[in-house]
Amino acid sequence: MRYEARIEVTHLPGVLDPQGATVERALPALGYEHVRDVRIGKCIRLELDAPDRSAARAAVESMCERLLVNPVIEAYEIELTELAPVS
Amino acid sequence: MSTRVAVLVFPGTNCELDVVVALEALGGTPELVFHTARDLRGADAVVVPGGFAHGDYLRTGALARFSPVMAAVADHAAAGGPVVGICNGFQILTEAGLLPGALQKNAGLKFLCRTVACRVETRRSVLTGHAEPGAVLQLPINHFEGAYRCDEATLAELRADDRVVLRYVENPNGSLDGIAGVANEGGNVVGLMPHPERASDALLGSTDGVVLLESLLDVRARV
Repeated sequence: MRYEARIEVTHLPGVLDPQGATVERALPALGYEHVRDVRIGKCIRLELDAPDRSAARAAVESMCERLLVNPVIEAYEIELTELAPVS
Repeated sequence: MSTRVAVLVFPGTNCELDVVVALEALGGTPELVFHTARDLRGADAVVVPGGFAHGDYLRTGALARFSPVMAAVADHAAAGGPVVGICNGFQILTEAGLLPGALQKNAGLKFLCRTVACRVETRRSVLTGHAEPGAVLQLPINHFEGAYRCDEATLAELRADDRVVLRYVENPNGSLDGIAGVANEGGNVVGLMPHPERASDALLGSTDGVVLLESLLDVRARV
């Protein structure tokens, strides 16, 4: 099966997010006065082939732990979608 | 005998020749070692110089740690050999797990390029064996991701074990506890954001980096 994984990488809670803090200060200047807690991370999107959903998730988790995420400062969430087979 | 220093070169490294010139001037024998090398050619010490290894893609230092030469660096470090990471080299050593913590974007989101005052906090590292604790050195910084981060337990450990090597006198980048450089447990692996090689000749405006590079070249000062 082919899966699409979207990995959302964010700062760990409590870790300073200077980009988020800067944008949070900028938005009220445009009139958006009620914005709180802006956090900026990144989204990594990839496709992979795996025998089933749990194998796909395990593979993506392994990629996150070994390369895609730095656990000292970052957290991640994986969203997995099964892609339609190519006919 | 002159100390042989492997100066690593990744695609995107750009401070290697500054390090070579500075070490040669102090009587060392530096040798450039490309990131694809599988051994350090018998070098006594390793310097991971600054730059933008592998374009800083994904995270600074994240891809460099998978270069073949890093396995040899890890073996050298495990055997107690001196390893010093400067700026991007510091980022690489944290990503490689040879030093604790991580370097984050500067508070204020500014790329910082100026000379700052740094205080030597310990003599117990391969980079500060000849330095006086409490001495204040004028050293250039040149980075966007230089804010040191680690969890509270790690910070407590670094303090208790005398592993904070350098602190900024005035914190320029939001580093935790003003940390500019840290060492591993053995004191033989050191990472720092300031560039001692750019403060190694009066023509460069400061010679305060010399004491650090001399400490490294004196492998007998190894802790």
